[in-house]
Amino acid sequence: MLKRNIIILGALSAIAEETARLYAAKGANLVLAGRNEERLNQLAADLKIRGAAQCDVVAMDLSHEELVASTFAEMTSALNGKADGVYLFYGLLGDQRQEEGDITAALRNINVNFTSAAAWCLAAANQLERQASGVLIAVSSVAGDRGRQSNYIYGAGKAGLTVLVQGIAHRLAPKGARAVVAKLGFVDTPMTAHIAKKGLLWAKPAAVAARLVAAAEKPSLPVVYVPGFWRVIMTIICIVPAKIFHKTKL
Amino acid sequence: MTDLDFRLDYTSWGRVVRAPHHVLKPRFVDTVPRLTDSEGSFLPVGMRRSYGDSVINSCNHLIDMTGVDRFHSFDEETGILHCDAGVTLDAVLRFSVPRGWFLATTPGTRFVTLGGALANDVHGKNHHRAGTFGCSVRSFGLIRSDGPPQRVERGGPLFEATLGGLGLTGIITDVEIELVRVESAYLNIERIAYGNIREFFALAHESGDRFEHTVSWIDCANGGDALGRGIFQRANWCRDGRLIPHGTKSGAVMPFDMPVRLLNGTTVRLFNTFYNALQKRGPRVQETHYAPFFYPLDSIRDWNRMYGGAGLYQYQCVIPSINAEDAIEALIRRIARSGAGSFLAVLKTFGERQSGGCLSFPFEGATLALDFANRKAETLSLMAQLDQIVEDAGGRLYPAKDGRMSAGMFQQGYPDWMRLRELKDPTITSDFWQRVSYC
Ligand SMILES: Cc1cc2nc3c(=O)[nH]c(=O)nc-3n(C[C@H](O)[C@H](O)[C@H](O)COP(=O)(O)OP(=O)(O)OC[C@H]3O[C@@H](n4cnc5c(N)ncnc54)[C@H](O)[C@@H]3O)c2cc1C
Ligand SMILES: NC(=O)c1ccc[n+]([C@@H]2O[C@H](COP(=O)([O-])OP(=O)(O)OC[C@H]3O[C@@H](n4cnc5c(N)ncnc54)[C@H](OP(=O)(O)O)[C@@H]3O)[C@@H](O)[C@H]2O)c1
Repeated sequence: MLKRNIIILGALSAIAEETARLYAAKGANLVLAGRNEERLNQLAADLKIRGAAQCDVVAMDLSHEELVASTFAEMTSALNGKADGVYLFYGLLGDQRQEEGDITAALRNINVNFTSAAAWCLAAANQLERQASGVLIAVSSVAGDRGRQSNYIYGAGKAGLTVLVQGIAHRLAPKGARAVVAKLGFVDTPMTAHIAKKGLLWAKPAAVAARLVAAAEKPSLPVVYVPGFWRVIMTIICIVPAKIFHKTKL
Repeated sequence: MTDLDFRLDYTSWGRVVRAPHHVLKPRFVDTVPRLTDSEGSFLPVGMRRSYGDSVINSCNHLIDMTGVDRFHSFDEETGILHCDAGVTLDAVLRFSVPRGWFLATTPGTRFVTLGGALANDVHGKNHHRAGTFGCSVRSFGLIRSDGPPQRVERGGPLFEATLGGLGLTGIITDVEIELVRVESAYLNIERIAYGNIREFFALAHESGDRFEHTVSWIDCANGGDALGRGIFQRANWCRDGRLIPHGTKSGAVMPFDMPVRLLNGTTVRLFNTFYNALQKRGPRVQETHYAPFFYPLDSIRDWNRMYGGAGLYQYQCVIPSINAEDAIEALIRRIARSGAGSFLAVLKTFGERQSGGCLSFPFEGATLALDFANRKAETLSLMAQLDQIVEDAGGRLYPAKDGRMSAGMFQQGYPDWMRLRELKDPTITSDFWQRVSYC
């Protein structure tokens, strides 16, 4: 892997941090965006020791979509106008039951997972298209493959993100740039800390990060499942007839 | 902290006790739970490479510190490294070896955290020169229930109670250590077969000044003439500039619990004889990378599963120099008679250097360590007999490896234990502590 210029949106996510470490070890220039400045500074200090040439920190609530265009421009100029990789990690699982009763909360969930994420992805797409190089990697979820009673609000946001980035991949393909949307299965991170663990279906953040970096650095399909076996599981889940599906608690 | 779901997958390396725990896994120091937030008790843990119940806090909270794992700073001139407590020795070496620095001392596995290494004040093959891990610790951060996070510098009572303090004095958040320079990642290792325990001590004595690292493997399975034979290993760092860190691949995995039946005396005897012959046939001096020399078992992930679903005990004692030869001989004789000895028994001498830790295990003398598959009463009664030999010789057991020693044996072996009791945080405890602090 060459020395890269990488923007990480939602750098405080457990999977994002593992991804940043892989790039740091190769001497990358990094821009880390997330909400908590103190924690971002801890990450930056660590990543520099691990080998990052440069590590800038942008502390902000990434769901403020009105700030996206100007902030993204500042991020790219911090990297001398060129981004080799833009990773979008931030996301919100939310509390589905509570959101069903509180529509403002539901819309907030969709704003985090979809609307604001769409703004970042479109800003990244414009930049990569101008450069005619680089890759956008957006982290989505298998929850977007079929609406299920337990998490369809989150799932809807992720489904939107998947289709958006799939479209961006199509748009960029003739221009020499790329986009990949990764649909993750269960990963052992703070987002899922409340769920009793951990069978064979659970992946570790470091393993997921390695797959994402491979998708960015090598030729890849525009839509990937991580780990790959989720493609099989989700194919089966999607073909179960509604009559049977509606009897489950999935 | 309302969410009290208990899980059963947090065991220690020996896997004898499977207790339910409520596990908290912070990623940042500011998300470490407040020790005053719950009625229940807490226990900070690292990679859980301790064998017994010092990492068990049945039906209460465990704070898994492995997610707090960032480097803070490194000084290329002095070798002073400052890291979060959850950083592993594996990560330190991967970072430091290419720059020409190594840990001042290292235990037999690199999959331990700095916090865990400090809380057990671990030792390595160079104890006779470098002392324990604690000798290289300059300061650490500590969170206690009675105040804000604090910096603890070398020398004070809280420093000494926390070194080897089994996590009981507070949550260690970050550690500042001194690394030592190396000019190669390789060592020149000399292997010498010895025929009995007296020969072992002669070799250890003769090698201490000339070799940075010494250790031996001793045959605990064969009785009779073969009793006490073994392979002595001594090594010094090469100086050839090859600063290549260990690889990232984890190698073989032990994917299932082996039935204990396969691990009976015969298998162990066969294994020991084989190992012995293999070692003897090899060259006397061999250049070896640090990973297979320091961490022979780290290449088989989850090797503890070789001991079956019932788990294993490790027995590690230290005997003061004047009684060492006789007591080690008596221990080996007793173990050979039982036929329950393990794949590996390690015999090594400790030097006189002290870290100041009030519960640090090593003192000048000899240490013997070996594994026993858990055969319940049979194993416990054998270990009780070994205890007698150790106690009579003025020795003591290593808490990091222990899951069963009596309160009496602990308190007699560690006369300073009351100093730890005074500085122990009232919200922190472990099953080990509950057992050994009983009055
Ligand atoms: C194959 C193998 C070889 C070994 N060889 C050696 C050897 O040669 N020499 C030796 O000395 N030991 C050896 N050990 C034992 C091992 O080095 C120690 O048990 C070590 O302390 C384990 O570190 P850990 O991160 O796994 O900590 P754990 O086992 O999880 O915890 C150890 C202790 O530290 C405390 N603790 C952990 N993290 C923190 C924290 N952040 N704050 C406060 N307290 C904390 C825990 O409460 C516990 O009391 C070996 C173990 C294995 C499995
Ligand atoms: N874990 C899984 O099983 C799983 C499965 C499928 C998909 N995913 C997706 O993987 C991605 C990474 O999640 P993770 O598993 O690594 O969990 P995580 O560690 O909890 O990361 C989620 C991150 O999103 C950040 N975030 C949320 N809202 C934000 C906002 N408005 N502005 C800035 N940052 C915000 C959080 O920041 P704060 O720390 O500030 O809250 C947190 O760092 C997410 O998109 C998630 O949906 C995860």
